[in-house]
Amino acid sequence: MKSKSAAFPYLVWMAIFIIVPTALVAIFAFTDRSGNFTLRNIESVGQYSNVFLRSIWLGAVATLICLILGYPLAYIISRAHARRQNVLIMLVMLPMWMNFLLRTYAWMTLLEDSGLINHALNFLGLPSVHMINTPGAVVLGMVYNYIPYMILPIYSVLTKIDPSVIEAAEDLGADGKTVFLRVTLPMSMPGIISGVTMVFVPAVSTFIISKMLGGGSNLLIGDLIDMQFLGSAYNPNLGSAISLVLMVLILICMGIMNEFDENGASEGGLMV
Amino acid sequence: MRTVKQLAQLYFTAKGMHRLEKQSIVSLKNISVSFDGEPVLRDFSLDIGDREFVTLLGPSGCGKTTTLRIIGGFTRPDSGDVFFKGRKITNLPPHKREVNTIFQKYALFPHLNVYDNVAFGMRVHGKSEREIKSKVSEMLSMVNLQGFEHRGVNQLSGGQQQRVAIARALANGPKVLLLDEPLGALDMKLRKDMQNELKKIQKQTGITFLFVTHDQEEALSMSDEVVVMDKGAIQQIGTPLDIYNEPKNAFVADFIGESNILDGRMREDYLVEFSGRKFRCEDKGFRTDEPVDVVIRPEDICIIPPDENHLSGTVQNVTFKGVFYEIIVDVHGFKWMIQTINRATSGTEIGFDIQPDGIHVMHKSEYSGTFGDYSSFSDEMDESVTGTGLEAEGSVT
Repeated sequence: MKSKSAAFPYLVWMAIFIIVPTALVAIFAFTDRSGNFTLRNIESVGQYSNVFLRSIWLGAVATLICLILGYPLAYIISRAHARRQNVLIMLVMLPMWMNFLLRTYAWMTLLEDSGLINHALNFLGLPSVHMINTPGAVVLGMVYNYIPYMILPIYSVLTKIDPSVIEAAEDLGADGKTVFLRVTLPMSMPGIISGVTMVFVPAVSTFIISKMLGGGSNLLIGDLIDMQFLGSAYNPNLGSAISLVLMVLILICMGIMNEFDENGASEGGLMV
Repeated sequence: MRTVKQLAQLYFTAKGMHRLEKQSIVSLKNISVSFDGEPVLRDFSLDIGDREFVTLLGPSGCGKTTTLRIIGGFTRPDSGDVFFKGRKITNLPPHKREVNTIFQKYALFPHLNVYDNVAFGMRVHGKSEREIKSKVSEMLSMVNLQGFEHRGVNQLSGGQQQRVAIARALANGPKVLLLDEPLGALDMKLRKDMQNELKKIQKQTGITFLFVTHDQEEALSMSDEVVVMDKGAIQQIGTPLDIYNEPKNAFVADFIGESNILDGRMREDYLVEFSGRKFRCEDKGFRTDEPVDVVIRPEDICIIPPDENHLSGTVQNVTFKGVFYEIIVDVHGFKWMIQTINRATSGTEIGFDIQPDGIHVMHKSEYSGTFGDYSSFSDEMDESVTGTGLEAEGSVT
């Protein structure tokens, strides 16, 4: 009983800030400007399918790179000496203390055709490389900004693995590689799922990164939605419809992800 | 015609050869380990006989788990060597050793079900699925877990998890099984059942068991041989009976069962003096008037009406323990413990009857005087050997 009453404020919070807004988005998506029911918004989302594909593709690439870079790092940190672990985790989180816009803006000045990197290349006698306003720059921005969200949940799950379970595997004849593939990796699946979710979802729906590093040619869903609400193409109903479709797509992606981890989820990682 | 002496010689030679033939499967030679400068094992040597149930017994921090981890390969000794069947394995990693471990908290793979847990070792060794299947079902029936194959290990009770851990370790067909306080987390009843079961499995499989525990009763009831450890060193090795009846020093006497440990003096062979009286005993070979520790088990004292010829004292406290009464008796300030089926009343005077075989005399050791008596309210522990006014010879008939 007590725990129920303690949960009450959160229920109110959730109702006001999650359920009501989601319902509003749904209502907007299925109505026209005068408030009548219509499916036209949803239908017209189809014409942006290339933007959807690009967003999901770039988001997926960024997520994969985050995983490939983040997992070993999380693993190394989790194996480090306790005091060292704290320092390393601090270093991972440190960039997050700086404003997101500022961080991304910094990359802009680095990647620009007349930016720092090209200056350095020229200085060394190498030709300039066009980097800004490419899909690669967008992916770089995503990886840079979201990799802590990959590292932290994986690290958290890895540190919770009982060392004696690893020893048990060695004891039963597994060498280092086998221990990793048969025990450590499967046991860290909940962390991987959380990390993938926490990187993929914001990466797919970002608009700042694509705006600053991708230029006009690398429009993402986030930019599309942004334009419908705050931009030139003001159309909140279409914007809501796009949001709704995006939400459904992300849920489907997450559903597929969770399929990889039938048992793991019961182990309790950070689920979003 | 052979003389008796010749026959005896022949007998002892044969016996000596037998001892030599007794194969030790695991040997530790002069192992020293310290963690953060804190010595855990000091020049530790131990031979473990093939097919035996050997228990490492000692208080926490005595180095027993470290010993096990050195054999398992999880801890590298600072110096000294580990031998397996005569082959040096000091630097062999755990996965290449023919020993398997049952960990304190079972350490089952939480992401695998019972079947896959038991099959793990065989899969790693590349056994065929058919072979694995028959072995897993054999193992699960040995630990009475048929039908649990597809349960998640987290759905199992502590006792069941324990059984899975045993099946998993034995499925690999180890030559030696290392058990690190495996019954510590189980309740009393389950513990007893598992003790019997482990003993049965050991007999059945003929695998050498090296069992670590701090529970002396567990050690006594299960083992062929008990290794009593303290402060990173072996205090005594022997059969449970030896350890209990012939403790080598005050530590062993105190740690195994209840003991009244008194300061005494060996007056001559078979005659020891303590509590101001002389007693007949079965020990010899001490120097005349050598100061000794005397151990008298609480159950070896019979209570009789007090008289001049026997040690006597005032009953302080009587506790009913089911099968017997535990009585604390004050004899000139030293609190004795007596376990008897006869009832006594607090405050009354009773006499002690101690038979010679109930008295065990030990050389003084670093542990002498550290254990005291059974008073919870007084730290007074030195009793006077002389000057009690009762100089009469011992009460033993």
